[in-house]
Amino acid sequence: MIKLEHVSKTYEAGVQALKDVSLHIMPGEFVFIVGDSGSGKSTLIKLLLKELSPTSGKITVNGKDLSRISHRHIPDYRRKIGCVFQNFRLLQDRNVYENVAFAMRVIEAGKRQIKKQVPYMLSLVGLASKYRSLPRHLSGGEQQRVAIARALVNKPKILLADEPTGNLDGHNAWEIMKLLDQINKAGTTVVVVTHNMEIVRAMNKRVITIRKGSVVDDQKGDADAI
Amino acid sequence: MRFSSFQYNLRQGLKNIWRNKMFSMASVATMTACIFLFGLFYSISVNFSGMVKNAERGVAITVYFDDKATQDEIDQIGTAIMKRKEVAKCNFVSAEEAWKRFQSDYFKGHSDAAESFADDNPLADMANYEIYLKDVSKQARLVSYIEGLAGVREVHQSATTARTLTDFNALVRYISLGIIFVLIAVAAFLISNTVSVGISVRKEEIAIMKLIGARDAFVRAPFVVEGILIGLIGSIIPLMILAIVYNNIIHYVAERFDALKSMFSFVSAGNIFHVLIPVSLLLGVGIGYAGSRITLKRHLDV
Repeated sequence: MIKLEHVSKTYEAGVQALKDVSLHIMPGEFVFIVGDSGSGKSTLIKLLLKELSPTSGKITVNGKDLSRISHRHIPDYRRKIGCVFQNFRLLQDRNVYENVAFAMRVIEAGKRQIKKQVPYMLSLVGLASKYRSLPRHLSGGEQQRVAIARALVNKPKILLADEPTGNLDGHNAWEIMKLLDQINKAGTTVVVVTHNMEIVRAMNKRVITIRKGSVVDDQKGDADAI
Repeated sequence: MRFSSFQYNLRQGLKNIWRNKMFSMASVATMTACIFLFGLFYSISVNFSGMVKNAERGVAITVYFDDKATQDEIDQIGTAIMKRKEVAKCNFVSAEEAWKRFQSDYFKGHSDAAESFADDNPLADMANYEIYLKDVSKQARLVSYIEGLAGVREVHQSATTARTLTDFNALVRYISLGIIFVLIAVAAFLISNTVSVGISVRKEEIAIMKLIGARDAFVRAPFVVEGILIGLIGSIIPLMILAIVYNNIIHYVAERFDALKSMFSFVSAGNIFHVLIPVSLLLGVGIGYAGSRITLKRHLDV
């Protein structure tokens, strides 16, 4: 599903973010990528979203070599990947329903499809009753649930989460992790970048550790830990 | 693009305009000023061209014949002249008619002076063709052509009048074009500025759109809609103002300055707006579209 072969990334300023990284994530896996700040975790997410291109090496996602995807076809590729961010990145001037529907409008889904799919996704993340609320009236955990609903509404095969619990308290962080685990159990491959080791240990999933741009550890977990 | 997506982008474009009210209003105002001035110069230019055309109709070339020229040769000269594209009218003036005109022009009230000539026609060799041109700028070429015809003794032309009219017409056209060009550039710049502000306000939204798989055209659409709407509104307002102003000016001048009426007539509002409405709308929409597209290319990596 996701395959990195000898991937390196050096920024224009000469900073080497990733050094000869090779890893393989199978369909349906739940994987944590951990490491200190500046270790290269976010660069890895950016490479997978094709926001950046590697300096060397090969990245294959869903059987496609990312270097062979032209600029015109990047949107098609990104539609198959959902992403969630630490700061939620919700549109503050739109309510919960509109934020989720936005993801479908952007890919030019039909009105009927939007009306059917958005309420379903909101009920899945437990926010059906708050569909008219603006993001600023929600707690951090609720905002992240909206972001997850938005990431999943177009039924992606892969969900990338960059520090999804970074702005949440312990309880909400745990709730979000349980939700991500449910999503994974429903068949979506989930990749979570985090430095919250407490949660990582409690979840007992596969953990890839990156330090100074290199993979230093890759430990298999127990898939049914939760 | 789906109809629902089109509706969505139209709504977003309108929202952009509303969000950046001040910039949008400034752009609409500039566009209004541009199109208004464009319309004003166009109206002046069309009316002036009409006046020049009228004046040109009064500028004639006179062709005199050799003493020995036969009527046949004179007819041939007439036929050759009429074949020329630039000729609007060619009248034959006989020697008798020329003398009659002279008498009515110069001996008015002094019939005794004319009678002193009795049956003697002092203009016996002044039979001529009076030629009126469609375009006075072609006068010199026609004159040299006629001078080359057999049986032609002399060709009189009012070269200075012709040149002055042609030059003045060209001057008005160049000045109008220059001013319109500058105004168009200012309008495009302001629309570009408004769209830039819109982009910076929606930077986060654009970033999210791109991350979740929006196509370039979808990201651009609301901004292009914004530019086109500003251009459209900015061209409808001045057209309405111009329609009112033009009609009022025509009536005012016709009523207050009777003498001017006999010198020239205004081109009707219908004739002016028949061209001005589509050109202005196209110009407004075109500037709006171009302004927004250029800005998107510069500020958006899509």
